[in-house]
Amino acid sequence: MGILDSKIPSGPLADKWTKHKNEINLVNPANKRNIDIIVVGTGLAGGAAAATLAELGYNVKTFCYQDSPRRAHSIAAQGGINAAKNYQGDGDSNYRLFYDTIKGGDYRSREANVYRLAEVSGNIIDQCVAQGVPFAREYGGMLDNRSFGGVLVSRTFYAKGQTGQQLLLGAYAAMNRQINRGKIQAYNRHEMMDLVLVDGKARGIIARDLVSGKIERHSAHAVVLATGGYGNVFYLSTNAMGSNVMAAWRAHRKGAFFANPCFTQIHPTCIPVSGEHQSKLTLMSESLRNDGRIWVPKKKEDAIAIREGKLKPTEIAEEDRDYYLERRYPAFGNLVPRDVASRAAKERCDAGYGVNKTGEAVFLDFASAIKRYGKEKALTSGIKNPDEATIIKLGEEVIEAKYGNLFQMYEKIVDQNPYKTPMMIYPAVHYTMGGLWVDYNLQTTIPGCYAAGEANFSDHGANRLGASALMQGLADGYFVLPYTIGDYLSHDIRTGPIPTDTKEFDEAEQDVRNRMEKLMSGSGIHSVDYYHKKLGKIMWNKCGMARNAKDLESAMTEISELRKDFWENVKVPGSMDSKNQELEKAGRVADFLELGELFAKDALHRNESCGGHFREEYQTEDGEALRDDENFKYVAAWEYTGEPKDAKLHKEDLVYENIELKTRSYK
Amino acid sequence: MKLYLKIWRQKDASSPGKIVDYTLDGVEGDMSFLEMLDILNEELVSKGEEPVEFDHDCREGICGTCSLQINGEPHGPDRLVTTCQLHMRKFKDGDTIVIEPFRAKAFPVIKDLIVDRSAFDRIQQAGGYISVNTSGNTIDANTIPINKHDADEAMDAATCIGCGACVAACKNASAMLFTSAKVSQFALLPQGRIEATERVQNMVRQMDLEGFGNCTNTGACEVECPKGISLTNIARMNREYLSAISKG
Repeated sequence: MGILDSKIPSGPLADKWTKHKNEINLVNPANKRNIDIIVVGTGLAGGAAAATLAELGYNVKTFCYQDSPRRAHSIAAQGGINAAKNYQGDGDSNYRLFYDTIKGGDYRSREANVYRLAEVSGNIIDQCVAQGVPFAREYGGMLDNRSFGGVLVSRTFYAKGQTGQQLLLGAYAAMNRQINRGKIQAYNRHEMMDLVLVDGKARGIIARDLVSGKIERHSAHAVVLATGGYGNVFYLSTNAMGSNVMAAWRAHRKGAFFANPCFTQIHPTCIPVSGEHQSKLTLMSESLRNDGRIWVPKKKEDAIAIREGKLKPTEIAEEDRDYYLERRYPAFGNLVPRDVASRAAKERCDAGYGVNKTGEAVFLDFASAIKRYGKEKALTSGIKNPDEATIIKLGEEVIEAKYGNLFQMYEKIVDQNPYKTPMMIYPAVHYTMGGLWVDYNLQTTIPGCYAAGEANFSDHGANRLGASALMQGLADGYFVLPYTIGDYLSHDIRTGPIPTDTKEFDEAEQDVRNRMEKLMSGSGIHSVDYYHKKLGKIMWNKCGMARNAKDLESAMTEISELRKDFWENVKVPGSMDSKNQELEKAGRVADFLELGELFAKDALHRNESCGGHFREEYQTEDGEALRDDENFKYVAAWEYTGEPKDAKLHKEDLVYENIELKTRSYK
Repeated sequence: MKLYLKIWRQKDASSPGKIVDYTLDGVEGDMSFLEMLDILNEELVSKGEEPVEFDHDCREGICGTCSLQINGEPHGPDRLVTTCQLHMRKFKDGDTIVIEPFRAKAFPVIKDLIVDRSAFDRIQQAGGYISVNTSGNTIDANTIPINKHDADEAMDAATCIGCGACVAACKNASAMLFTSAKVSQFALLPQGRIEATERVQNMVRQMDLEGFGNCTNTGACEVECPKGISLTNIARMNREYLSAISKG
């Protein structure tokens, strides 16, 4: 196996994690006090890991570019978190959650990792409730659940439309408790600029204080990267403006393999683009597909009339509407997985049935849910023979209680009332399944460098199911990494503090300074955003929802040329020695310009369609993804060799011992 | 539309700041307020000037990073939105817009429109948590039923995004709404009751140490809060605090 040893424990699937925990080395509490750990990123994975590692007794330093750990982009997750609690008694189990996740990922993830995720999912809910996370409850006082795409049970726990916020604030609170005890030193408004290796091991980072501009050296016995995904390589995405790949990419350049970069999730329900000024896209939670029905007009002339503002969606008769997901996928209907729903929307819009000015939008309609809930509410309120207006009023109240904040957000952005007229939605880049390659212990190919949460590639295969990102982030941070990192650190109990006045740190710091000076010395023709937007257009048009070899090849060339242009002609005003947001952006975009090319290369080499990776050349007669298990049942882990186009491919074969590989069907 | 902007520019914490005038053309109603500033910055960069620095991140109203005092109001004239979700359709052609940082002694200016809100973090560090280990070895989540009304009320308090609008809106620069939201969330839940006495005292002590003023019940904070956090939380915190100090 060479260096791509996934280190999956032997034994039956359900026993692997327990067995592994029993066999790995521990560090005794007195020795933990002598060991330092750096955690970069303070979202669900990083925040949870930092809190738990500090609680165990390690000395933790956290780094985030935001002004507070509470602002990490995990906070924006809306819909919920999955857990195999089976509180609904609808047949859920660890196995079912495991099975759904593997199938949802289109059989491109590791069995053992995913089973472990399902196994600890219940603990996450217990933990969060103990921390005071105010999950939604039923009238009897028990926790409520809802459904998400790609599954047939109700296993999603939620806190209105702000589940990510509540879970992140839970992890932030756990961090605060440790900061108060002096066990975590939090470096906010700091950005990791490079990883420092000593004798081949990750031993620290070079960071920049974003307020003073000062370059700092920080050492540790291990470095955890929990820095999120790279969706912003598309410029427009549902990610935060600051979300970036820098930490992961710097590690990649230092030897960490980057896995499956082309596996990107395009989320089906986002607010459509309104114009060239657009800086980011806003998600409308997948939970809305519990109650919203997706449609476009059946007749093209109706679609044209709507686009021209001559017809209102509410004026189109029921029989003239095409509920295309219900039509194509009767078993799962509107709750098909995200990749399937996104492609179906694109298919309708490409065929000319789009419903907004740009022709790139479909309807998400709550009218029938409002009526259904209104009737039920009237009955339980003792109103006999309610009239239409009463039903609608009561129904709107129920919808407001469930999704009020999302409806409000929609109205503020689009200036239309979604209670009265259907929402318009279109797919947008949302999540990246790919990321740093890690073994079962979440260690990258650099010893002592770990990756957790969205930053790693591990659990979602080629497509992530809804409400699974929060689950994975917290599982990695609270329950997996704190165990597995101990096994590595048990060899460091006699090492003592890592000095920062060594040649390794000198060189790393000098590299960082050189790079920043180079960024500041561009000829000054175009702004950083100019390049970022250009890159985004190439990515969206050629590496987006549908890809083909010709476009991917030209994307690689175009990105490479754009990168060259960027380094020669970018304009970064201000100085290096002070707060400088343009310089911050420039460093991030520089790395996106390298990652983008590797992304295209990965998509080009994978001659199959699976999950979010859809190659036009590989599809069934009715337009579904055509997987090639014989040739591509592997993780593509890329080794940096100098230029993204020359990255070297390493394959980790995926072994399925417990699940039979099938064609994924939601029909 | 064409806008006349009056923007606070300040090099760093130790330099004095001043209002600088800018004229911006071609603004559309569908733009968010921050997208309008993006366009201004793009123009400034192309002219070789330093862009206006402002805090922002998620641009969907949840991270609490964006701020700005717009025409004297935190997050501008619209209600229940953060600046990133304020859209230019709320303004009209020819408007003059004054844009300043949030003003409070406890929120020193870092640069231009960016302020340091780390005082909020320190208030949370003083007691904004439940002291349970994160081992996962707790009781089953459904062991303690929680009344739906209480759970919903706790959730409403918990939706605070820590943006600081309450402080900026208050003539006393009080952080009572912010602090009380966390105190309330935990006071309303059985898990949080156990440390309630210590929590409220520790958090209030830190709040005072940071230099925030006291509450005189004008209610401006509730009006300007982008998440609609209720003034009731301040009353609850006061009750909790009185009860805590009377226990000693």
